[in-house]
Amino acid sequence: MNNPSGETRSVVVEREFAFPPDKIWRALTQPHLIEEWLMKNDFMPIVGHRFNLRSTPRPDVNIVLDCQVLVVEPNRTLSYTWAGLGLESVVTWTLTPTRAGTHLRMEQSGFRSDQRQAYGGARSGWPRILEKLAQVLARAS
Amino acid sequence: MLFRTLADPTRRAIFERLCREGEQTVGALTARAGISQPAVSKHLALLKRAGLVRDRHEGRQIHYSAQLGALAPLIDWTSQMAGFWQSRFDDLEHLLKRMDQ
Repeated sequence: MNNPSGETRSVVVEREFAFPPDKIWRALTQPHLIEEWLMKNDFMPIVGHRFNLRSTPRPDVNIVLDCQVLVVEPNRTLSYTWAGLGLESVVTWTLTPTRAGTHLRMEQSGFRSDQRQAYGGARSGWPRILEKLAQVLARAS
Repeated sequence: MLFRTLADPTRRAIFERLCREGEQTVGALTARAGISQPAVSKHLALLKRAGLVRDRHEGRQIHYSAQLGALAPLIDWTSQMAGFWQSRFDDLEHLLKRMDQ
């Protein structure tokens, strides 16, 4: 997953499901279904459509991601931008039919990787502090 | 700058709250910070200077939110987000099992 050029990096998660692509496509593109596994949203499978993903862990707490649809190829490919809290990236879903169902691949790309090693050798408590912070952030997002 | 700004435990606690709970006003932050509002405002100003928070004016209130992008040089986002997506995949799988054909 490391990009040797050092510009950006991506995360890839893949899994095979025992369901046909069109069923998974519905779960990825219908707002009431998206809400069940990801977040509240006003998604529409239309290129250029801007939408928000919202999470409300507490009544007075709102986390909002700004997204825009980039690619819609029914039952095959879905891609949208994913920005919030100062982080920007692109999420791309790829569905491939298999004998047993569907191979689903998610790639989130665009993370900056520069200078990450800057703190790596520090003997201070920084690695631990940042690790804890990163866990907080991952839950928040 | 980032290290110096986050080295203070009170400041770091304020930043962590903004990360965990999203946008908040100075008043809301003060209510649970255990220090005075001017002290909270001072910490927020330093966080803002480091690019770690952004402020948004709405009427007489100022809302602060965390800017995670400022931490990009320090954190391995790929491993953090991989964990996030693995659990989203789990929820997706549960949903697919419940869905009608």
